Amino acid sequence: MPETTPATSPAGPHASQLKRTPLFDVHVQAGAKMVPFGGWEMPVQYTGILDEHRAVRRAVGLFDISHMGEFEVEGPGALAAVQRLTTNDASTLALDQVQYSLFCTPEGGIVDDLTLYRLGTDHYMLTVNASTIDKDWAWVTGHAGGARWRNASAETALLAVQGPRAEALVQRLADRDVTGIRYYHFARGAVAGAPALISRTGYTGEDGFELYVAADRAAALWHALMEAGRPDGIQPIGLGARDTLRLEMKFALYGNDIDETTNPLEAGLGWVVKPAKGEFIGRDAIEALRGRGVPRKLIGFEMQERAVPRHGYRLLAAGAEAGLVTSGSFSPSLERSIGIGYVRADLAAVGTGLDVEIRGQAHPARVAKTPFHPSRAKK
Amino acid sequence: MVDVPEELRYTKEHEWARVEGDRARVGITAFAQEQLGDVVFVELPKVGATVMSMKTFGVVESVKAVSDLFAPLTGEVVEVNAELGKKPELVNSDPYGQGWMLVIKLAKPAEAGELMTAEAYRRFVESAAH
Repeated sequence: MPETTPATSPAGPHASQLKRTPLFDVHVQAGAKMVPFGGWEMPVQYTGILDEHRAVRRAVGLFDISHMGEFEVEGPGALAAVQRLTTNDASTLALDQVQYSLFCTPEGGIVDDLTLYRLGTDHYMLTVNASTIDKDWAWVTGHAGGARWRNASAETALLAVQGPRAEALVQRLADRDVTGIRYYHFARGAVAGAPALISRTGYTGEDGFELYVAADRAAALWHALMEAGRPDGIQPIGLGARDTLRLEMKFALYGNDIDETTNPLEAGLGWVVKPAKGEFIGRDAIEALRGRGVPRKLIGFEMQERAVPRHGYRLLAAGAEAGLVTSGSFSPSLERSIGIGYVRADLAAVGTGLDVEIRGQAHPARVAKTPFHPSRAKK
Repeated sequence: MVDVPEELRYTKEHEWARVEGDRARVGITAFAQEQLGDVVFVELPKVGATVMSMKTFGVVESVKAVSDLFAPLTGEVVEVNAELGKKPELVNSDPYGQGWMLVIKLAKPAEAGELMTAEAYRRFVESAAH
């Protein structure tokens, strides 16, 4: 058994250059296995991926996702800058609302996916992927001059509390009602005494919150949530289970399923592209693609046997090349192997039989209805 | 401290062999399963297949990674652990017991002398971990 090939990509630089979140020491003390991820040294697991995954589906899990980036843009030009940079329509956002969106290139490739928060009348926050913080920062400041941008990534910690018991747990520690915060909305309040932006969002398909706090408050908040959540069966959750949880929902992972060589339409993200709002970077290219129709689509599939599909494996139909796997894993909820990948559009219908080439051999799979596991996020 | 039973012999690819007469039972070590994490699939050869010393004989997949399995010794596969088809997690819970993978009828019993002793493997793992 040689060294393992980590399926959690993108790989980062050498360990000596890796960045650490404010919770690094907390993870090490909790016995986490630390790995490089997108330039960061992050916990991949504590007790084990299957155990952690099930804790989130059945009870509640706590995630450190402080590696993610936060940009703020403020001032009279803020909305115009956001509208130009992102594909979704930011003008529809209420003052307590969050929106999933994309940055695209002029050619329609995906620069990153993000969540957009409207913090004030002319004040927005964009939460971006960890591995793309530097690229995104150059992108926003290079393409939306005039607006006042601030990179708040280093001073901001982000903790996700996800699972059926997340709401009750956060409520016990909060100084305000959180049960009334709707999905993809947020409120300001204190959680365990730490001033927080309490966002009803997540990447797991469970109900829950993402809590933005100052970096120097992160450790105390983490310990308070772990302590208060003990009767609920709270567990710390690493990136391994974060990946299997999001895969069961068919949520795209930047760098695996979407990147600058893929466009929103083939990725199934056409619903966050709003050409009616007016000009934005990538609009013309994406509209041209919409007119022509995309030749491939991102689909979910279930393996008919236990072999595990992985990023980069080929998808075959009747022995001929039909597409590419972009993410795959054993699904702890379904107890079978699942994956997502791009296939020729004529093979994208649910039920279509495909093969995945695994170590030179064709293994049968079937295009599946997604999400693979029913979402319990509050709508 | 990782569990390294005295009576077994080891490879640098983290397989163990329990040599008994002209046969050897084979699996992966406690250290290996710990590194892999939750095992979800094990691909093994069929009874009657020939495996060669330090050539791959199968694959073990965990949730996050896939790894080749290397045969500690050359010979014919006379038993495979069919239980792993339904319960691959036995590799994690009992790597030296119910998580065994193959029994090989040895073609070259002298090869066993080239495998690491428990003492040597323990040192090998400790140096690899630092």
